[in-house]
Amino acid sequence: MSIRAVLEWLAATQWSVALHESLYVWPFLESIHVLCLTLFVGTAVMLDLRLLGVAMTHVPASAFTRRLLPWTRAGFAIMAVTGVLLFTATPLTYYHSLFFRIKLILLAVAGFNVWFFHARTHHRIGDWDSAVRPPTAARVAAVVSLVAWAGVVIAGRLVAYNWFECDLQPQPAFVNWAESCILPPP
Amino acid sequence: MIPSWLPFFEWCEATGLGQLVRTSTWLFPVIESVHLLGLCALGGTVLIVDLRMLGAGLTKQPLDALAAAVHPWLKASVALMVSTGFLLFMSEAVKCFHNPSFWVKMATLPLAILFTFTVRKRVAARPGLDTSLLTRVTATASLLLWFTVAAAGRWIGFSS
Repeated sequence: MSIRAVLEWLAATQWSVALHESLYVWPFLESIHVLCLTLFVGTAVMLDLRLLGVAMTHVPASAFTRRLLPWTRAGFAIMAVTGVLLFTATPLTYYHSLFFRIKLILLAVAGFNVWFFHARTHHRIGDWDSAVRPPTAARVAAVVSLVAWAGVVIAGRLVAYNWFECDLQPQPAFVNWAESCILPPP
Repeated sequence: MIPSWLPFFEWCEATGLGQLVRTSTWLFPVIESVHLLGLCALGGTVLIVDLRMLGAGLTKQPLDALAAAVHPWLKASVALMVSTGFLLFMSEAVKCFHNPSFWVKMATLPLAILFTFTVRKRVAARPGLDTSLLTRVTATASLLLWFTVAAAGRWIGFSS
């Protein structure tokens, strides 16, 4: 069974149709999703600025990873749950959306960066905890984090725009390929 | 009859700036995206200090030093939000005029800014590991004010 077939089934469920057509539930979920950017990306950015050595350099880096990261994780959890729920409202639209696909790729990059930082860089934090300028590996992780999460936010916002929608042909061949558009036979 | 502000909003939208953003395909979405990035930065800079004032997050950090270190980033975030928000407003001022959420935002935004740069700034200048009642009430008020601004801002896009 292809991914698209599963999403076709999902889109036909009562849940999906109800959420899609709801007057308030969808905007409510979307609002939580957006407002949680402050908690999730906001606190992540604070850690990144510290890792770059450009802000709050008097605070040990470990204070951020021990005391602030739980809030970052909570923010991510809420964003993930609301994000998945929002996806189920119009799964096929997202499946064929160029910006949504870009967002997923950037999410993977950001996720890998989080994993790499915690698996490799973070366990030696004792060596550079109070350093105003953390080591290169930590600063690179901070830059990748800032760029990737900013990209996720921008791509996420642009999902709402239908410039590249499969239904609005003609589209450049690259777009049709990148979105897996199903084109009528010529 | 009370004179309406509508002509002023119509004038805003008719300015070259308003028309530039309005007629462009990319400009509004791009400015909107930067506005959202500003939301992340503003959220982070507000939350890190408010959490500390509530006795959460960076609890071991002296309040005055933390707030002072965050302050330039807070100011930059507010500046980014206000300037991008201004551009977005100019491009759809008439829609905003008829939008209740916009007025909620315009009522709470000056309050939030004023409160942040007066009362909260003074309370956050307290030294040591202060989490007194005044400090906690100030942080709660800050969170409520900024939450209302943000929620009303998001709702502008839904309530038209």
